[in-house]
Amino acid sequence: MKGGQAIIKSLIDQGADIVFGYPGGQLLPLYDMIYDSDLKHILVRHEQCAAHAADGYARASGKVGVCIATSGPGATNLVTGIATAYMDSAPVVAIAGQVPTHLIGNDAFQEVDMIGITMPITKHNFQATDAEEIPSMVKSGFEIAITGRPGPVVIDLPKDIQEQEMENYNDNPMDLPGYKPTKKGNPRQIKRAAKAINESLKPVILAGGGVIIANASKELQKLSNLINAPVTTTLLGKGSFPEDHESSMGMLGMHGRKVANLTVDESDCLIAIGCRFSDRTTGKIDEFAPNAKIVHIDVDPAEIGKNVEVDVPIVGDAKIVLQDLIKMLEKQEANPTTSSWIKKIHEFKNSCIPRISFENDVPLKPQQVIKEISLAADEDTILTTDVGQNQMWMAHYFNTRNPRKFISSGGLGTMGFGFPAAIGAKVAMPESDVVAVCGDGGFLMVCQDLATVKEYDIPVVVCVLDNRHLGMVAQWQKLFYDERMSHTHLGEVPDFVKLAESFGVRAERIEKPGQTREALENAFKSGEPTLLDIVIDPDEILPMVPPGCGLTEIVGEYKVEREHPGEITYNNPAGKTSGEGD
Amino acid sequence: MEQPTHIISALVEHRPGVLQRVAGLFTRRGFNIDSITVGESETTGLARMTIIAHGDQKVLEQITKQLNKLVDVIKVRDLNPESTVKRELCLIKVHAPSESVRAEVIQYAGIFRGRIIDVSGEALTVEITGDSDKIDALIDLLKGFGIKELARTGPTAMSRGMKTI
Repeated sequence: MKGGQAIIKSLIDQGADIVFGYPGGQLLPLYDMIYDSDLKHILVRHEQCAAHAADGYARASGKVGVCIATSGPGATNLVTGIATAYMDSAPVVAIAGQVPTHLIGNDAFQEVDMIGITMPITKHNFQATDAEEIPSMVKSGFEIAITGRPGPVVIDLPKDIQEQEMENYNDNPMDLPGYKPTKKGNPRQIKRAAKAINESLKPVILAGGGVIIANASKELQKLSNLINAPVTTTLLGKGSFPEDHESSMGMLGMHGRKVANLTVDESDCLIAIGCRFSDRTTGKIDEFAPNAKIVHIDVDPAEIGKNVEVDVPIVGDAKIVLQDLIKMLEKQEANPTTSSWIKKIHEFKNSCIPRISFENDVPLKPQQVIKEISLAADEDTILTTDVGQNQMWMAHYFNTRNPRKFISSGGLGTMGFGFPAAIGAKVAMPESDVVAVCGDGGFLMVCQDLATVKEYDIPVVVCVLDNRHLGMVAQWQKLFYDERMSHTHLGEVPDFVKLAESFGVRAERIEKPGQTREALENAFKSGEPTLLDIVIDPDEILPMVPPGCGLTEIVGEYKVEREHPGEITYNNPAGKTSGEGD
Repeated sequence: MEQPTHIISALVEHRPGVLQRVAGLFTRRGFNIDSITVGESETTGLARMTIIAHGDQKVLEQITKQLNKLVDVIKVRDLNPESTVKRELCLIKVHAPSESVRAEVIQYAGIFRGRIIDVSGEALTVEITGDSDKIDALIDLLKGFGIKELARTGPTAMSRGMKTI
């Protein structure tokens, strides 16, 4: 067996049924072997998309996503995607071609120090120097990528190693004495957490992406019910708790919902699970949850105490820790005095209801578009977003009901993430409808991969929220830079419908209320990749907490419309709860 | 305010690139690193690093936690300065063109338990080991003669007594 064949066999053995890649000179041997193999390969049109697609695949499925690119420029094109996966703890294995070992270090054609470049943005990286190492390396790479706090792993693969004949196929995992993620929380700390929770009158749960990664959503709901605590999430935690649940307060933070920000501000016990207290979540640290004892559960010890001082630290897997915590709390009577707190939350919620009815507005308001996306989507629909206003409108107004259904670049804030991530998500979960909500700026960065969805018939729906502006940057310019709109207008080109059609992708322009829902439903029915160019009001901005301010200092107030509060039922077809939508 | 200095001892895999991972971590996280020394340990395949860094307790905690996260790092300890032996090696080439200067330099080196390891008509090279303060003191003394070249290793350290990491 040759090194390249060992890579293919190892990937298949690890359950990687599909890889996203782009060939090149230093990968010729491997690609020649893929030609005859059972490994399914999707040829993307830019390596960045291979990395994002692998990431979307990983986040939608909970499995490891794999991408492949050639050496040098191919590999560096993966870098943005690898960094994105690193910041959001997504398990991605990236295989990069490398010049033959005898040329390494000589500045050979298409040589780049991929190990050096990716050291700060990977959980770990390897360079194969002998084909015999490959099976163990791939196995360990997958193990590292998905266990503990997940993250990307790079395997650098010189050309000659791909061709090298090997005698043994030995896939014993590598000896990694320094790698031992902690799963089970310290019982003494869990006991302390239970005590803090029982003593609190105003508990709030803050759920992050770690809850989704650990598949701990059931446990989270159980905890919330048990202790009568409302739940807010981070951006990546969206879907860890059903956002149409009466105890849900939606997302916290700079672009979060007002009710969440007010509640955390008043809380006396914040139970943070699987989150890293990013500056976008906390606002000004000194004013964050000023009255609360903070219990922090995270699998990564380095996250505890990094940004926020913690009273009760618990290192461990969110699912296992929550199970233990629930057991301990169940032994004790739940604190009945929190009922006035829940009542207050509902009052907060009612006082924070935004205007959500924009049914007659033309140009279209993004809120109306999101409402229609909500109506077209069912609870299995996977939504990916790009970065910017489109992302924050979705985060703010779209009620995500299940884990792994809202996929977004949180940590790195990568424009161009949404569309390729949707490709990966659709490939991973072909039964689910997949919608990418993008801005026009971000979509233009990756629009060449319309060719991929056409070629492989991957029926994702791309909603381009088209305001001809780099909306989020323009919003900041409006609010904080005296409306000096420096280079944020994108001009009137291209025509997105014609662009999509030139790739053979069906497309439609949406300009009026009602059309988005219909077009989405038709797109789902058609089973074809579709682009919707949704022309929205460029002047609409989001409420936000200005940088450096506390969470309660929200600007761009909600437009309150309370005449018909009973109508606030969007994204809640069962109509079971009220007061949602803030 | 002067930030306290920490002596961090780390047991790591003895592989190419590990030093880069550790040093890169410091740069990326904005931690201050004063010196780093590395060499083989008592176990084949493992190396021991001594890192001198300064920062408050919170910085120290982050440094050790982030170091621990690296797959190639096996153990990390912040050594208590009171019960730690710390040594640094320094080579100092001193301008010594005359008999009288050479005699003086040799005398100073002797007082500091240093050794002369190279002599030429124009210069003497002194080897000295000790803690950083002692080396600083000798350098101060020799400055007056004209130091032509100086090479310091940075401290390496371990706990006193039977304690190991």
